[in-house]
Parts: sequence; structure tokens; C-alpha cells
Amino acid sequence: MTPILAVETLEVAFPGGRRNQVVKAVDGVSFAVAQGETFGVIGESGSGKSTVGRCVVCLTAPTGGKVLHEGQDPFALPREALRRHRRGFQIIFQDPNAALDPRMTILESVREPLDVARIGTAAERRDRALAMLDRVALSAGLASRYPHEISGGQKQRANIARALVPGPKLIVCDEVVAALDVSIQADMLNLFADLQREFRLTYLFISHDLRVVAHVSDRVAVMYFGKLVELGPAGAVMAEPLHPYTQALLSAEPEPVPARLRNRQRVILKGEIPSALSPPGGCRFHTRCPIAQPECARIEPAWREVAPARYVACHFAGTPASPAATRPAVPAA
Amino acid sequence: MGREHGTSAGRTPLLSVRDLSVVFDDGERRLQTLKDVSFDVEPGEIVGIVGESGCGKSLTALSILGLLPRRNCVRTGNIVFEGRDLAGLSEAAMRKVRGRRIGMIFQEPMTALDPVFTVGDQITETVRTHFSVSRIEALDRAVAALASVGIAAPRQCVEMYPMSLSGGMRQRVMIAMALVCEPRLLIADEPTTALDVTIQAQIMDLLVELSSRTGTALLFITHNLGLVAESCARMLTMYAGQVVEDGPVEDILTRPLHPYTAGLLASLPRAEQRKSKLPSIPGRVPSPEEMPPGCRFGPRCTYAQPPCGEPQPLFGRGARHVRCWRSDELILAGAAT
Repeated sequence: MTPILAVETLEVAFPGGRRNQVVKAVDGVSFAVAQGETFGVIGESGSGKSTVGRCVVCLTAPTGGKVLHEGQDPFALPREALRRHRRGFQIIFQDPNAALDPRMTILESVREPLDVARIGTAAERRDRALAMLDRVALSAGLASRYPHEISGGQKQRANIARALVPGPKLIVCDEVVAALDVSIQADMLNLFADLQREFRLTYLFISHDLRVVAHVSDRVAVMYFGKLVELGPAGAVMAEPLHPYTQALLSAEPEPVPARLRNRQRVILKGEIPSALSPPGGCRFHTRCPIAQPECARIEPAWREVAPARYVACHFAGTPASPAATRPAVPAA
Repeated sequence: MGREHGTSAGRTPLLSVRDLSVVFDDGERRLQTLKDVSFDVEPGEIVGIVGESGCGKSLTALSILGLLPRRNCVRTGNIVFEGRDLAGLSEAAMRKVRGRRIGMIFQEPMTALDPVFTVGDQITETVRTHFSVSRIEALDRAVAALASVGIAAPRQCVEMYPMSLSGGMRQRVMIAMALVCEPRLLIADEPTTALDVTIQAQIMDLLVELSSRTGTALLFITHNLGLVAESCARMLTMYAGQVVEDGPVEDILTRPLHPYTAGLLASLPRAEQRKSKLPSIPGRVPSPEEMPPGCRFGPRCTYAQPPCGEPQPLFGRGARHVRCWRSDELILAGAAT
């Protein structure tokens, strides 16, 4: 069956730095997402995860490779056809404030996609927007409010309603809960799960928060510096990460449990994410990698399937980080 | 209602906050934002303050530092630090404490650093404000401070402007600046929130290591319970301008006494329960205008009963304190279950 979304050796280069220099924000990323799946993308700032998300909904044009929606290249569509087509592929951003027009009421914002698409009569569009607000648990009383009059969690609900009204098949969720407090975050993750079942949605769920991505996703991909370093079923990747970067990310995530229940080894990465203008040669992670060998600086590791459905780009995938680089996670005395 | 004094086994606390209340008064409205906040910080201790946005965590830090706007802010209560009540100090006297005896680090290192001065200028300014030393001596101290926070080339770093540093480097510079005068207490307000998780781990390790090496106490404000679990000895949960729970981190994580702390712990996604429905806390933090008269958490609490309509004092339970009269009978799930 044709996947709802396929990304094939996607490349996005931006002009940057001095003349003729380019920054490759995304450099050869491939994956496919099945209908109804939640596909998580994990990465730190600068990894290119948001750029991938923007390409998927045609907000950024790739400079190489392809995005395929149900086998079709949306960038090849004529303008008018693309406008109709992209209703099926929506995106929700991190900052609920920036995504809503401060001069529009919540109802106007949620109705706007329908107005633009000229779907139904004005009254029908209004009813549909109100129904969607109700579905995301925003009371009718809030519909006439302006964004500054409601809370961050309520604004994010309005954004969800706005993304849902055109009837999308796939939604890119880019750090949608990062700005929210934990109890509101929990509500929001529950809402995303309910909506997925009800509307048979497919999610591309982008976040830097491993715990959130692992909770909602069926499969996860880990990005580092414009490339995928690992991909696999969420449970398996969390339980047994194969790439040293995934291992480091997992171990750096602080766990809110008493010390006696913490039995993992921490891998503290040295150094910072390198400059995008001069990516390291060979494996891009070798400058920070706790198990790097000389060949890692020269030879770029191949993307390979090391176990069924588990992909990784590392010469030494599955090797535990060396003892010198790890230490038991002990709380402060 | 204050908490009883002298609970801390005979030691004199470094910082002792008692019945701290803050009221904003703009002439039209009086908004009580902090109410009867009381807690201690021992010398060298690492104490975490957790709670959601709007619960008064940062306001508590600003009150201790005397950084609230004087015009429309009324602060009452005592803030005894090194035996002196900071609440009674003049602005001039407070300037000698702030930055010298109490250091501070804020969330966003880019807004806290001045973009038009070099790193060296900014650190030496701090040193020369508090010590009568030469420029050269001050610069040497700045270089030593940068080296102590793990900056590889401190001599080059002092020449640099904040914009040419990464987020993690900027936060290291902030820490160096806060620690160059060797304060006894460091208040860190969300110091890693703007950073990536691998850089966050580096910065937290650095803060904990510096605290144990120099004996500096750390008051660590965060919404991240994981960071508190891994780095603090004791934690306070704040809700709606009050401390609702206070105790050793291990005890609280194992068995929280306040339903709000338990609710925060339960709402975190867990690796072993993927795709399950997350328990959330219904409702939201009340604004100061709509503060419930009784227990402030009451309207959102699953365990609320009629007596919760009365204001709750902070009850002492050995090393622990809790603002809930039902804490004896409630068995709340901790992070372990």
C-alpha cells in the first residue's frame, strides 16, 4: 500500500554565512509514514526536524529529494491544485500565540480556513467551526474572545481546531506541547490521541522531548545535524537505543523518580552541536561521540537495518558507550 | 500561618523565609500574589522549587533578592539571610548583598547579558562593584571563573561578545558571573529551560559540582520534576502563591503528601505506559483575583471535602511540611508506582 507520506533523500539547503556558502538544514533524510500512524521525530535545536516538518506540508520547498503524499509529489501540482491538496496536510506550531491573529476572535480564526476554501455557506462554516471548538473542549463562550483573553492551553486548543476544520489526513505537530505546563500538556496529549482515533489522523510528531515523543508515537526517528541517525518502533528505541546519540539523549533526560529506581548509566556528551557552516566530516556525530574511533572521522556510516524494522547510521551501532564516558546517575549528596 | 521555627536539628539555616507575602497594589486593585511563604535553606544545600507557571516561584526569588518594583508592591514577612533580615535593608545595603552574598542566574542568558559589552567587561564589572581590586586582578578572577565553569579557552572568551556564544556557553558565562564573587547562596531560575537536553545535562552537572566544591547553597527554580529528582536534596511545591509541600526529594517522590504534588508527578508521560491516557489535573491555577477562600487547590482536587473550604495551614510532619489537613489519611501515589 502506498504510504500516506514518503520522504525520499530530502535535502534543504539555505544560503548562509559568507557568499556562496550554504547551510544544509536537512541532508538526505528518508522515511515513510503509514496511514493512521504516529511518527515521532526527535532532535535538538538545529537538527533540522522542523525543516522536515515544513517540507512535509509544502511550506518549504526541498532543494533535493522528494516529498510524496500518497505517492504524489505535491510540489509538482499546479498552484490551484496545490491549494486544494494541502487542506489534507496541516501543521500546528509550538507557540500558540504566534499562530493566532491577535485581531481575530477565536471563532474567526477557526473559521478562516473554511472561508479561504469557500466551503459551504457562511452559516455552515460558522457551525462547523463551532462544532470543532466544542470537540477540542473550548466552550462556546470562548469563541468570541480574542487570543490575549484566553490561556496558553486554550490557545493551543484553538490552533488544533483550526488545523482540523479543513478535514486533514495528516497533521504535523511541531513542538505542540513544549510551551505548556505538565498538567495541561497531559490534557493536550490525551486530546491528540482521541482526535486521532476519531478522525483517523496520521501524525508527524516533532519534539525535543523524548518522553513526550515516546509516549505518543508508534515509531520514532532521531535526527542529528540534518540526518537521521536512528529509526525504529518507539518502545524498542526507548528500551534499547542503538545509536550512541540516542543513548546520550535518553540518558540526559532527567527522570522524576527516587534515586533507588534509577539504574541507568549516564552518558554526558562533551562539547556542543557543531557549526552548520562546517559540518564535521565522516560521521557528523564523531566530535561528540563517546565511542568514536579514528575511522568515524573519515567514513560516513551507512544507513542500515540492524534488526527487523530498526535502522541506524553508526559503524558501531549497539556498542554500549565506553565505561570511561559513563558514570552512574547519582543525586547530589 | 507560619511554620514552626527551629525544625532543622539545631543548625542555623543560611536563609530563612517566614510568612513572606507580596501584594501588588496599583491604586485600583490589590492582588495578593504570594501568601505566607515560609521555608529554610541550609548552608550548602540544594533546594528545588517546583510548580506550574503562575504559582509564585519566580516571584519568591525576586522577593528574596529585593527586585520587586517598590512603587506598587508591598512585601511583608521576614527574609533572614546570614542572620540579617533582608526585608529591613535599605536599597544601598541590599546592593552589597545582591551579586555578592546571593548570586542569581535567570532563564534566558541572552537577555541577562548586555550585548554591547564583552564577557570580560561584564564579569569584571561585577568583581569591581564588590571588591576593591585592580582591573588586571579583576580580569584574572574573571578568567579563573570562566575556567571553573568548563570554558576551554577562558582568555579568548573574555574578549568575546555574547552574540558569538552558543546558548550553553552563555549560560556558563552567566554561572561564572554569578559565582565570581563566591556567594553563599545561588538562586537559579529555570537555568536550563532554554537549552537542549544534552547541554542541560552538562549545565546541571556543573551547578551541582560547583555547589558541592564551593559549599554554595542552591535555590533551584524549575518546572522540571526530573531535574529536581536528580539534583536536589529537598524540594518545595508551590501552588497559587503558597508553599503546599516541603520535604526531602526522595520522600516526596516516593510518597507525596499533597494532592497537587501527586498530580504533577502523575501527569508526566512514562516510558513503560506508552499511549495510555495521562492523568491530568482538571482546571487551572486560579488568578489572584479569583483565589478560592479556602484551600487554594480545593476546586481542582479529587480529594476535596467540606473542611477544605477553610484556609489550610502548613502542617509539620517531621522533616516534611504539607498544606493539606487530609495528608495523614490520603495515600497518594508517588513517582515509583
